[in-house]
Amino acid sequence: MNFSSSLELLAFHNVAYTIYAFMIISVIAWFAYNLTREEKAKSIVRIPFYTYIGFLVVMGVGHHIFTYNTIPWVSQDITRHDITPDASYKFEVGKHKWINMPKHVTVQCGQTIEFDVQSRDLVYGFGLFRQDGTLAMQMQVNPGTDVNGILDSNDILWTFNHNGLFDVVSTEYSGPDAYDRETGEDLMKVKKWLTVVGCKEDGGKK
Amino acid sequence: MSIMNNLMNGTNFDHKSLNALQKVTLRAVVMSFLFFGLVAIEGMIMRLVQAHAPIPDQFSHPEHYFSIMTVHPIVGIFGSTYQLVFAAFMFLVPFLTKKPLYSIKLANAVWLLITIGTALAWLSAFFTGYAPLYTLYWPLPADTTQFSVFGGIVFIVGVALIMVGTLGFIYNIYATIFQRVGVHKDKTTKELLISGFGIDGMLNLWNKLRGKQPYTKEPALALPVVAIFRGTVDTFLDAIVILAAGILVLVYLIFDASGHPLNVAAVDALLYKNFFWWGLDLVADGLVLIYVAGSWYLLATLITGQKLFMENVARAALMLELLVSWMVWSHHLLADQGQPEMMKLISGEMVTAFELLTQGLALFITLVTLWKARPLKMTPELAYLLAGLVGFGLAVPAAIIQADMGMNRILHNTQWIIFAHVHIALIVGLYMTLYSAVYVLWPIVTNNTRMFSKKLTWTHFWLYLVGGVGMGAFAGMAGLDGMLRRHLYIHGEFNTYMILAAICGTMVLVAWFLFLFNIVMSVGIKGLIGIFLPAEDKTASYGIEPETIAENHKV
Repeated sequence: MNFSSSLELLAFHNVAYTIYAFMIISVIAWFAYNLTREEKAKSIVRIPFYTYIGFLVVMGVGHHIFTYNTIPWVSQDITRHDITPDASYKFEVGKHKWINMPKHVTVQCGQTIEFDVQSRDLVYGFGLFRQDGTLAMQMQVNPGTDVNGILDSNDILWTFNHNGLFDVVSTEYSGPDAYDRETGEDLMKVKKWLTVVGCKEDGGKK
Repeated sequence: MSIMNNLMNGTNFDHKSLNALQKVTLRAVVMSFLFFGLVAIEGMIMRLVQAHAPIPDQFSHPEHYFSIMTVHPIVGIFGSTYQLVFAAFMFLVPFLTKKPLYSIKLANAVWLLITIGTALAWLSAFFTGYAPLYTLYWPLPADTTQFSVFGGIVFIVGVALIMVGTLGFIYNIYATIFQRVGVHKDKTTKELLISGFGIDGMLNLWNKLRGKQPYTKEPALALPVVAIFRGTVDTFLDAIVILAAGILVLVYLIFDASGHPLNVAAVDALLYKNFFWWGLDLVADGLVLIYVAGSWYLLATLITGQKLFMENVARAALMLELLVSWMVWSHHLLADQGQPEMMKLISGEMVTAFELLTQGLALFITLVTLWKARPLKMTPELAYLLAGLVGFGLAVPAAIIQADMGMNRILHNTQWIIFAHVHIALIVGLYMTLYSAVYVLWPIVTNNTRMFSKKLTWTHFWLYLVGGVGMGAFAGMAGLDGMLRRHLYIHGEFNTYMILAAICGTMVLVAWFLFLFNIVMSVGIKGLIGIFLPAEDKTASYGIEPETIAENHKV
């Protein structure tokens, strides 16, 4: 099992959590019903206390082991400073405007791209969104400088495995000036900023 | 009795029969539920804006919209939840320890300070549009190019007053616990401290493993008091952090107002985020979880009239929860690329995962305690307690899922976080638990006042439960589809989900109104006013035996 895009992961997550939600609601409802009955309820399954505790530990830790092994961007993120990207885009943001940001970026399928965004003033976000509004990836963009006054990096590596057209949205609130004060239009949104080409229909290189 | 008569005089409520402790408790409860109404209305305004409902244009203006979003958690968490929890605990600690509350005057100051502070923060946002959001990410709260300096100062003073009130509550609680009167007359401070931190529970477990006699058969403090004791440690740390952040913002704003602005870059934004989230997370992952676990244990024992199942484990688990709560803040910083990876991994993922264990344990102990006492009558307090368990049963795993470096990349700052996790935890988990406590304590605090209508109680229960879960679910699904939590959408991008969430939100709002109506009809407007008049009986304690509550639940 391997999730090549956020869409696959979100779909899996949606199904898994929905099943869990119905399950926990049903268990408590069953419990509430039997709590009021005179006759003893028949146990559907008997779970010893330490098995239950073991289950919680396994779920808590196992969840991270599962995602580490199935979501490719986790290990890539941890080791990103040892990976040479196929292309790198470095730009700044300040006063609610993207500065020196390329007008448009085209990425070939399977390429690993580095985005390095530096903030001159406030905390912003950098997120890539598909045309249907779903989120592909995002990071926080914190302001700050080193001792020499050079702006701090907020860098992320991302490998694109599916064709698509992506908008850039600041995923962190940075005050009402990020919007048109009258219409409420998001002034930081850059439409159709990045295009991924060269992938098969179901993802992966042709 | 006519409706009008009920409205004026209530059922059989007599405010003159209340002592000082009961009155101060009810004052805070009244303010808490008024603030709950305000927060529900604010929430609905935001839902209606996102659902493109025909409401006045001003609500959609970014300045106004985000000022609502800024005060929404301040009013909800501090104005409503803190008040209700503090009121309950300042009543319960004397009730459970059979000792007087240290100071009624201080208890009055607490609800007044929190009320005034919340009102100031709200007024500042409403009139000046001060909107840095509750996260106060540096340097946004000191950004005077976007916000009014005066508004900022009033907002910060408001939050500071809330924190001063919080410190007053903390002092009152610890001073009451450490008073060497009544059953604690012969106890030493050391014994009370050992019990308060749950060390006696751990030593009992340790001795049991070694086949020795228990360290103590009768711990100095009852388990719910231990939970209050320990949760209050986090409440203290959180108040100090928020106060410190407030002072920092205030200094910058005052210098700006004097014409000598300070350099905001002097404060490292990421370091500030770590400091602020460490403190703020002590609310979400510290005092809330500890207080809630303690409340479940108390409610389960009061409802069943039996001892808590695995009490020593519960005591030890509360200690573990306290330690865990100090080390989990990095899960808020998983999307911050400057945050060290080891901190993300250990604090953000691994230690955070322990909350599944501690909260799962609390859920298990509560359920087994109830189960061992069956058959039980399904009273409102029992139903609310079970609904509270459902709330945390849904919200805690949702939190563990998002506290993961893989998932957080696509869930951070989305509506999933704030609705599927936070709103379900607060609206369903926490408030259902608090409603249970309200119904359990109602006869004690009001001297057996009859509730106006049981039907209204049950209508409130179902509307609130379905509305709360529904709103969390639909808005959470919008989050999975990419909807951000701190963003203004004006093109109806997530309209279907938002309309469904707004319908469910309306159910919560209507439920609140029915609850309030039921309460007002029970105590009457005269009684409501009477609550705020000075008590003739200055007694600061209450001595009803808890066993009498259990009698009401026997089938």
